[in-house]
Amino acid sequence: MSLSAKDKLAIKTFFEKVAPKAEEIGNETLSRTLFVYPQTKTYFSHWADLNPGSPQVKKHGTTVVKGVLSAVEMMDDLKGGLLTLSELHAFMLRIDPANFKIINQNLLVSLALMFPDDFTPEVHVSVDKFLAQVSLALSEKYR
Amino acid sequence: MVEWTDAERQAIKSVWGKINVDVTGPQVLARCLIVYPWTQRYFGSFGSLSDVASIMGNKKVAAHGKVVLNGLRLAVQNMDDIKNTYAPLSVLHSEKLHVDPDNFRLLGDCLTIVVASQLGRAFTPDIQAAWQKFLAVVVSALGKQYH
Repeated sequence: MSLSAKDKLAIKTFFEKVAPKAEEIGNETLSRTLFVYPQTKTYFSHWADLNPGSPQVKKHGTTVVKGVLSAVEMMDDLKGGLLTLSELHAFMLRIDPANFKIINQNLLVSLALMFPDDFTPEVHVSVDKFLAQVSLALSEKYR
Repeated sequence: MVEWTDAERQAIKSVWGKINVDVTGPQVLARCLIVYPWTQRYFGSFGSLSDVASIMGNKKVAAHGKVVLNGLRLAVQNMDDIKNTYAPLSVLHSEKLHVDPDNFRLLGDCLTIVVASQLGRAFTPDIQAAWQKFLAVVVSALGKQYH
């Protein structure tokens, strides 16, 4: 399910539009991930406040979404471009890769509620494919 | 048996109350066929599904979208026994329609996305949690009679 030229164009165009709202998207995405899938909180036991909208959630949500935005620039070689991030997730953070699907789903929900007119079915399928590829690249160094 | 808090019941009923089956049904099924094109395998008799425009304009898709979303009403009205309420539907999907039950999850995910785009910020994290719990129960019930 690799990215066609059409997918890449749709992804670039859409994320250009949503990039200015990276912080808000990040907050929605991570807040929902932690709240709707409470098992994900196990990775953040060192945080004081895991509630939706907390300062730590906001800050980290921004980090995550900015990571996705940077991946848009590396679409032609995600494995190469995300090598360092993959090493981080594999050796330091050791996030179970099943969680990539969870955060991706919440990112899609956040994009849909914030950009209902732009998140058409065509954009949806391209973004979904892209996020799957990003997750695969992030999982590269796991074993 | 599934336990629902009062808040969860409230949330699910309020989301359902905002859904117009005749509008949302077609949107959800069309989105599913576009985002997960392998689901088109079950709709060979629906005519052209070859591109986004033909899916969005397909009258059979629209009609069937309404049928499917109307089916969700049964679950909203019988939240305390979705498993038994859906037993006949589960048998239908298994024995007659031969639908891979993973498709129920895919359709559910599309429904959540469409609901999110319709409700915007009103689709708060706790409403999302209740709604997804509800859909997970529905999806499980629909797969229950497969053997």
